[in-house]
Amino acid sequence: MQYVAAKTADEAVALLAGHSGTARVLAGGTDLLVQMKSGMVEPDLVVDIKRIAGMRDITPEAGGFRVGAAVSGAELGEHAGVCAMWPGVVEGFNLIGSTQVQGRATMAGNLCNASPAGDAVPSLVAAAAVARVQGPNGTRDVPIRDIPAGPGRTTLSKGEIVTSIFLPARPARAADAYLRFIPRTEMDIAVASAGVSLVLAADGTVESARVALGAVAPTVLLAEEAGKVITGTRLDDETLARMAAACEAICKPIDDKRGTIEFRTRTAGVMAKRAARIAYDRAGAKA
Amino acid sequence: MKTIQVSTTINGDPAEFICTPDETLLDVLRNRLGLTGSKEGCGTGDCGACSVTVNGRLVCSCLVLGAEAEGAEISTIEGMAEGETLHPLQRAFIEHAALQCGVCTPGILVAAKSLLEKNPDPTDEELRYWLAGNLCRCTGYDKIIRAVQVAAAEMRGA
Amino acid sequence: MALDAYQKREFKQVGTRPNRPDGVDKVTGRAMYGADATAPGMLHAKVLRSPHAHARIVAIDTSAAEALPGVKAIVTAADFGVPEDAFLLDVQDHCMAREKALYDGHAVAAVAATSLAAAKAALNLIKVDYEVLPHVTDVDEAMKPGAPVVQAGRAFENVPAGMSENVTHHCEFGHGDLDAGFAKADHIIERSFRTAATHQGYIEPNACLASVTSDGRADLWVCTQGQFFYRTLCAAILGMEASQLRVTASEIGGGFGGKTMVYMEPVALALSKKAGRPVKLVLTRDEVFRATGPTVSSSMDVKIGMTKDGRITAAQARLRYSGGAFHCGTVDFGAQAAFAAYDLEAVQTLGWNAMTNRPKESAYRAPGAPLSIYAVESVVDELCQHFGLDPLAVRLKNAADKGTKSSYGPTFDQIGLKATLEAAKAHPHYAAPLGPNQGRGLSCGFWFNFGGNTCVSLSVNTDGTVGVTEGNPDIGGSRASISLMAAEELGIPYDKIRTIVADTSSLGYNDVTDGSRVTFAVGLATIKAARDAVQKMCSRAAKIWGIDEDAVEWVDGAAVPAGPNAGKFPPMTLAEIAAVSAETGGPICGHHEVNADGAGVSFGVHLCDIEVDPETGATKVLRYTVFQDAGKAVHPSYVEGQMQGGAVQGIGWALNEEYIYGADGKLQNPGFLDYRIPVASDLPMIDTVILEIPNPGHPYGVRGVGETGIVPPLAAISNAVSRAVGVRMTELPMSPPKLLKAIEAKG
Repeated sequence: MQYVAAKTADEAVALLAGHSGTARVLAGGTDLLVQMKSGMVEPDLVVDIKRIAGMRDITPEAGGFRVGAAVSGAELGEHAGVCAMWPGVVEGFNLIGSTQVQGRATMAGNLCNASPAGDAVPSLVAAAAVARVQGPNGTRDVPIRDIPAGPGRTTLSKGEIVTSIFLPARPARAADAYLRFIPRTEMDIAVASAGVSLVLAADGTVESARVALGAVAPTVLLAEEAGKVITGTRLDDETLARMAAACEAICKPIDDKRGTIEFRTRTAGVMAKRAARIAYDRAGAKA
Repeated sequence: MKTIQVSTTINGDPAEFICTPDETLLDVLRNRLGLTGSKEGCGTGDCGACSVTVNGRLVCSCLVLGAEAEGAEISTIEGMAEGETLHPLQRAFIEHAALQCGVCTPGILVAAKSLLEKNPDPTDEELRYWLAGNLCRCTGYDKIIRAVQVAAAEMRGA
Repeated sequence: MALDAYQKREFKQVGTRPNRPDGVDKVTGRAMYGADATAPGMLHAKVLRSPHAHARIVAIDTSAAEALPGVKAIVTAADFGVPEDAFLLDVQDHCMAREKALYDGHAVAAVAATSLAAAKAALNLIKVDYEVLPHVTDVDEAMKPGAPVVQAGRAFENVPAGMSENVTHHCEFGHGDLDAGFAKADHIIERSFRTAATHQGYIEPNACLASVTSDGRADLWVCTQGQFFYRTLCAAILGMEASQLRVTASEIGGGFGGKTMVYMEPVALALSKKAGRPVKLVLTRDEVFRATGPTVSSSMDVKIGMTKDGRITAAQARLRYSGGAFHCGTVDFGAQAAFAAYDLEAVQTLGWNAMTNRPKESAYRAPGAPLSIYAVESVVDELCQHFGLDPLAVRLKNAADKGTKSSYGPTFDQIGLKATLEAAKAHPHYAAPLGPNQGRGLSCGFWFNFGGNTCVSLSVNTDGTVGVTEGNPDIGGSRASISLMAAEELGIPYDKIRTIVADTSSLGYNDVTDGSRVTFAVGLATIKAARDAVQKMCSRAAKIWGIDEDAVEWVDGAAVPAGPNAGKFPPMTLAEIAAVSAETGGPICGHHEVNADGAGVSFGVHLCDIEVDPETGATKVLRYTVFQDAGKAVHPSYVEGQMQGGAVQGIGWALNEEYIYGADGKLQNPGFLDYRIPVASDLPMIDTVILEIPNPGHPYGVRGVGETGIVPPLAAISNAVSRAVGVRMTELPMSPPKLLKAIEAKG
């Protein structure tokens, strides 16, 4: 195996595009090193992107923030601006692994690892965040939702890397939240999860909402019907029950050691309605 | 596999080592530098026994490549006491029976120190969540939480 | 009264909380554990493991692996003999599969090479030709006639006809007329329970460093709970004389019973012998889960009859345990412990062990007892609910006491069950209010406690300090408690004593650190060794004073004349006697060896409050209090530590820990990610109340404390959850999917 700490994104892209064997991008390494340890992957080339200028930066842009692909969970969690604007994105990201894992793990890595249960992804989908992708043919912006193709697979082409994730600007009365279900209080992979981002109208009703569900399908689901159900409401219990039902209706989970189909489906709805409530209260508190 | 030469600072002293590209920082510390205080309980970031700090960030050294440590400042359990003087956390762990077998202890001490540097007065709940990635199978965590709070109070001068 | 018997006394040091002698080493990273040792010229070993749950090994071709540069030795079962002793053969077969791979993860070959990378690469080059066989991992399935037979010809003669050949063991305990007893009951509840296998979950993976030299001598550095037992097994498997194999116990990173059995140590020795170089073998976490430990899995039926005022009239338990792919007698402990807390006129427990395609069971803290007591305490709780009776009052009404003929035979001497129940009843926890979706549960727990072969040497140094040499690895602070007892007996300060754990060449045989035996038995031997040294020191003083030996006695760390007739001499301290020992007969040592009897049984009661999230089935432990009889608590901090640690392991067992097997017979969760041991944020503080009911069989009244604490949590949590959700739970772990299903089924 060869290890290269690329100095520029162009160098990283050229190395990855020009390599014929198994190549992997190293950001936080909290998935890659585990896969290497278990023998799941034996890369011939590992390209470390952490030393590329800008990769560890969080930069204000167009009223939102651009988060470099190598920004760790701990770093994002310490950024007051992002925490205030996108608390759900931060809390989703910060739920990945332990404090130690947070010292290394990145959102872009969580996204490109393409696990259906990745904790950073539902909130990013709900936030309509956009990944900036650089490859041999230049740079393109891709909605987060379009990056995962299925468990362990992405839509990125050979040589393409995510260099940053853009979190858009928000109106004043807007907030997001993320919840996952795990058997313990920490250190588990999500059994079902939900990210909810919503904007309130002047009268305190939900003006618009995006709901995304994790771990209940091969990729994160955008629960459009659930978003519609809560739009125009103040999230009364009856609405939340309908929202949970709308979430359950689109779940297509698997039965595995972490949960049954039935259980994942039920808890996805529960997580969604609870996350919606939190996001709603957060948005209201900003008024 | 071609080896890589790496220059770092470990516990305040310059340290140079060579490693293979796929070698973890934990393996480097234990097998090349004789710093066996960091333990491998899982090798997959699930137990925290290999906790160290890299440039002030708490990490699992089993999830860091040795090659990534170039130019970094690393702190391990071996650097926690100053000569003969134990860190207040180390003393509190002994005095309050916060260890039984002791194999998770180095990682927990490194992690707890990292928390107290950020938050000198954590609640029990903050402490428990901060340490959730450090598995202890002997104590049930009770005496660990108490010992960290004793040390924290001492460090605050309370 | 036996010479070893309890004598009431005022303790000066026992019962205090000094710093442990290995503390500084352990907080500075200096302590040397199993994987921390190296040797010149050391090779690294890796084990090739079966990917199949059950397969005949048709052929193994190691030629390509042998040709790999750096590979120095490869061993398979062909490198070992075939021991005649059935137990030893099982142990060896578990370390290296002979004809069949019996479970997913079973070792089939091992490589020693100059680097770990080379050893790993060599594993990929070993070709094993398997004939995959049908497998069985479920205990009830394994007992059915026609089930795939794990190992043929292993059934005991007493196994009832009609059961599968997998059933290797049957036991029965009890007394009285069951039919008459059930006829007297106002209500009878009979329920079936199941529990998943769990793992000890020690944080330090098994590790050893083996060195066999060409003159037939060998050294083994290993993390073990019993260096002497490891020597016995390894020497027998390797065909060595015991004296030629020195086993040194490293510091041990947790054991809980799991390091009482060899797994790969004979393999490391065989590789070292073949390669002519030292060999280090460290298991990965995946290997620890797949090929070491776990507990039995179980299926149980319990039937109890009770009168409306809460008197148990008859009780019966049928226990089906599986200890994996080998014979296992752990069901005996489960059957004996099941009703130990109760004074019963009619009781019967029946037990069976069935082989399944799972790794060989190893002891785990009170092996066998948590399961059967979980089932019994669940049914008792349900009967209390049925009659609307207070669960503590019912247990007090039926509690075993001094003079009770136990359900497993012996009549109890002085025991602490009633005292612990009374303590629980009086505790504010028992009366605290509960909120919605919350429940309170309680359970009794019991463990026998062991004594066994023990040997201690104690040397009085000429500067007045004392060295204690004992033979049991310190897994929870025992060096501190042994030092305390030596200090107490000798009358010198604790910090003048250094206790070490000897290798197998430095001391006589000591049984494994198990059965909660160390503080009891090693403590006993230490006290007696100290008394032996005291006698010698009195004799030296007598010699110096020119008086009769019998005219000297030992008071507060000094020899003094025994009464006015003995003569007038100032006290001569231990240090003064030691300083001149060269002139009075040479070094002064005390020694004691014993096969210790008289370990006092131990009872505990746990009280817990939990809250269930009715929408997800998640359980949160809100409050937890442990009441346990420790006999004399030598070092109370470490007694509390045992109680807390045991409770939390039990909480894990109750809620989330389990071995999950797929339809393919493979273990699906061999890692700390999905084998979910409790993390710090899962738990409240674990409050402890130590009761000190002296054990009549120990000079200081010490009982074992290590194991009882894991017994009650299973039922305590299950009873709390069952009360919170209004459904009786009968399967462990009560993971959220199971609990949510039960809640939704109730409607």
